[in-house]
Amino acid sequence: MTQIKTQYNRRSFIKVSAAAGGGMLIGFSWLNGCKPNSKEIAAGLPVPKEWFDINGYIKIGDTGLVTIFSPNPEIGQNVRTSMPMIVAEELEVPWENVVVEQAPLNTGFYQNQFAGGSLSIRLSWNALRMAGATGKRMLMEAAAKEWGLQVDEVTASEGVIKENNGTRSVGYGEIAAKAVGIEIPEEVTLKNVNDFKLIGTDVKNVDGKKIVTGQPLFGLDFQREGMKLAMIQHPPAFGMQLVDFNEDEIKNMPGISDAFIIDTTIAEPGMFDEVGFKKLVAIVGDSTWQLMQAKKALKVNWETTSELENSELHIQRLEEALVSGEVEETRTDGDPEAAFKKAAKVIERTYSAPFIAHNTLEPMNFFANVTDTAAELIGPTQTPEALEGSVAKLLNLPLENITVNMTRIGGGFGRRLYVHFGLEAAAISKKIGGPVKLIYSREDDMTQGTYRPTYRSVYKAGLDENNTLIAFSVKGAGLTEGPVFVNRFPAGTVDNYLAQRIKVATNITTGAWRAPRSNFTAGAEQAFLDEVAELAGKDPIDFRLELFERAIKNPVGEKNEYEAERYAGVLKLVKEKANWGEAKQGVHRGVAAYFCHSTYVAEIFDIVMKNDKPVIAKVWCAADCGIVVNKDGAKNMLEGGIIDGIGHGTYSQLTFENGAPKQMNFDTYQLIRNSQVPKEIEVFFVDNDIDPTGLGEPGLPPAIGALANALYKATGQRHYHQPFNLEKQIIG
Amino acid sequence: MANYTLNINGKKQQIDVDPTTPMLWVLRDHIKLVGTKFGCGIAQCGACTIHLGDNAVRSCQLPISAVGDQKITTIEGLSENGDHPVQQAWLEIDVPQCGYCQAGQIMSASALLKRTPNPTDEEIETAMNGNICRCGTYTRIKKAIKTAANSENA
Ligand code: FES
Ligand code: FES
Repeated sequence: MTQIKTQYNRRSFIKVSAAAGGGMLIGFSWLNGCKPNSKEIAAGLPVPKEWFDINGYIKIGDTGLVTIFSPNPEIGQNVRTSMPMIVAEELEVPWENVVVEQAPLNTGFYQNQFAGGSLSIRLSWNALRMAGATGKRMLMEAAAKEWGLQVDEVTASEGVIKENNGTRSVGYGEIAAKAVGIEIPEEVTLKNVNDFKLIGTDVKNVDGKKIVTGQPLFGLDFQREGMKLAMIQHPPAFGMQLVDFNEDEIKNMPGISDAFIIDTTIAEPGMFDEVGFKKLVAIVGDSTWQLMQAKKALKVNWETTSELENSELHIQRLEEALVSGEVEETRTDGDPEAAFKKAAKVIERTYSAPFIAHNTLEPMNFFANVTDTAAELIGPTQTPEALEGSVAKLLNLPLENITVNMTRIGGGFGRRLYVHFGLEAAAISKKIGGPVKLIYSREDDMTQGTYRPTYRSVYKAGLDENNTLIAFSVKGAGLTEGPVFVNRFPAGTVDNYLAQRIKVATNITTGAWRAPRSNFTAGAEQAFLDEVAELAGKDPIDFRLELFERAIKNPVGEKNEYEAERYAGVLKLVKEKANWGEAKQGVHRGVAAYFCHSTYVAEIFDIVMKNDKPVIAKVWCAADCGIVVNKDGAKNMLEGGIIDGIGHGTYSQLTFENGAPKQMNFDTYQLIRNSQVPKEIEVFFVDNDIDPTGLGEPGLPPAIGALANALYKATGQRHYHQPFNLEKQIIG
Repeated sequence: MANYTLNINGKKQQIDVDPTTPMLWVLRDHIKLVGTKFGCGIAQCGACTIHLGDNAVRSCQLPISAVGDQKITTIEGLSENGDHPVQQAWLEIDVPQCGYCQAGQIMSASALLKRTPNPTDEEIETAMNGNICRCGTYTRIKKAIKTAANSENA
């Protein structure tokens, strides 16, 4: 049985009090990473202070209704459903009795929340289980005390406590008020994974009804009495800076109350302060349409402060960097140079991908209300704490006087890790001395920066006369960071191995974009391995499994960042489910597998030719993400990732001319549409009892590789440069 | 500025705005019906889809001056209690991820089913191609449209 501690050094992770309106309120830290056998605890090390910050609440009302206040930002990963499921499981309440509520505003509930890198579930798993189990235990103790029994003489199930040798029973709601007086147990027992009733089932999105009826949920929907609206104008090109603009003319336009320049420069910016432009024109008014008209009437003087770059220059810089660039990170096993020399067959291929924008469908926006002494911010952010810190710096206010509250987020993909739009709203509010909501137009959003870097990688493999892989090298360069993970597969599977990550400078700003680096590397590496397998005369799955076999039995090096067994596991599962190897008339298949964000995913694409055009008839997907909390929700995430991978690998790109993005809206920037997606996607999970890992990212990366490999089977053409359907134009 | 009387979700509404103002902003800024979403402003994403009469239109490209006395329906007015067959199918198939595009998707889908109660895959794709879902819920959208079609015929 797994025991979990509810305290550390006599400080409790849990606070219990009487709930307003009757019942019991359990407060806990949603991000308490305290594992049952946590290393920190065993070693007596100090644990992070945020483990003690109460930011999640469970209310057990006197009717037995359980309200779980979810502080997590919902960016579409469905954590507002899956995380409360974990609490309900350990608390032993039927899901019908559970209500999930957005934690109310202005309570500091949102401290320390972070929805990036598929982290949410991974970080919260133990905390949520502990909170639920503690609640159950206290309710049981209260009931036992009431009946003059020991706690092991009662059982809790489905929101009811029963005595084991008798007929007495009591609902959670009836006993909740009494449980408030029970001492918080120092240690609680977690359920056996095999006894889960709710976890692993399909539970519908708790916000579904609000979404399909158009309720105001998003930042852009936020309203406050007396609030103004604002829009910004940033320079048209990277390398340009604002000088001045026709202020008087703009201020006189209908519906415009103010126009001025803001500057969001702060001291010691952090990683989430990445921003394309800090000096901006801000226009304030009463209606969005009037603001848009004013934006059109802007006459702005820009000055050039650094080189205005073109896409051709970017390609040239990447090519040069691959020869002589600055290596950020490298790994060498054996003697790759010698091994390539003696190899019977050598193959070398180059892959590339363009800059892409996040293009969350809800454009950047934020509400701010700044007074002389305090600032209140409300909107879609993945990093409220970072925003708080930056706003405090910008306004020169103490951190305690800044409140940041989160709304539902109309798509994240990494974009809303960056906080500049919150800062801009704060700067505008300060200037006008009142509440304001800043709205980006699509053009503002798409041309502002924090793009997925553009990448270029050269892969090389050497086979001996028995077609065994004896040498492998990858060199990858990117503006502004290289795409290679030096310790990931195929590291560990080949004796002679070289990996180099190379960075190249640009004045275009880049940032985390769904599955950073993996979103390119997976496609390149998996397409390359397909060619290597072909050269070796081996089935692409068997070829990969052979490599994993090597990594299981006798891995090369010690720093390999993956578990070969689980990697092979998803390949075997997808192989079996899709009946790989069984020829189907007119169906062309490609496979890829990839590991990122602690999750393993393998995909098989089935392509058929329709009117001489390739159509994706079916995608088979196998994932190992540990315990699956909400099965249908998890499938939705993987399906979305696959479609996103196909879309960006096939259609999307951002190119530059004189520092300006050439694509500014969805007429020129193509996103995947309804008719372009696979006709069917089927998702399978590896069944295990490993702690759950994220699903926000891992579905995407392998899709690009599996697509490229299936396209080759269908058309005979290999694809090296994303986006595939524009390949010719890009490589010129 | 000019005065307009609109029929929105069965209610008469008086609005005094510039005649060029698109219905998207009339709804969002003036009437405070924010279920209709802004995504691109150039009729490319479908987030702003509403019904003009029985037709799905992009409200970001529909100036108020062009509405006249035609009936406007937004996501808030599609059904009384969120129980339109398309909304129900959306819940059954659990379509949304971030949810931002879904009001527009539902408005396009409900207009399609009104015109074509039993759409083929191609008809669904054609009708829905103007609605971007950045989260990639397209396969579920198709499934939900078929579910709604079946339930309406039942
Ligand atoms: S906002 Fe109207 S189509 Fe995009
Ligand atoms: S659900 Fe996020 S854009 Fe469609």
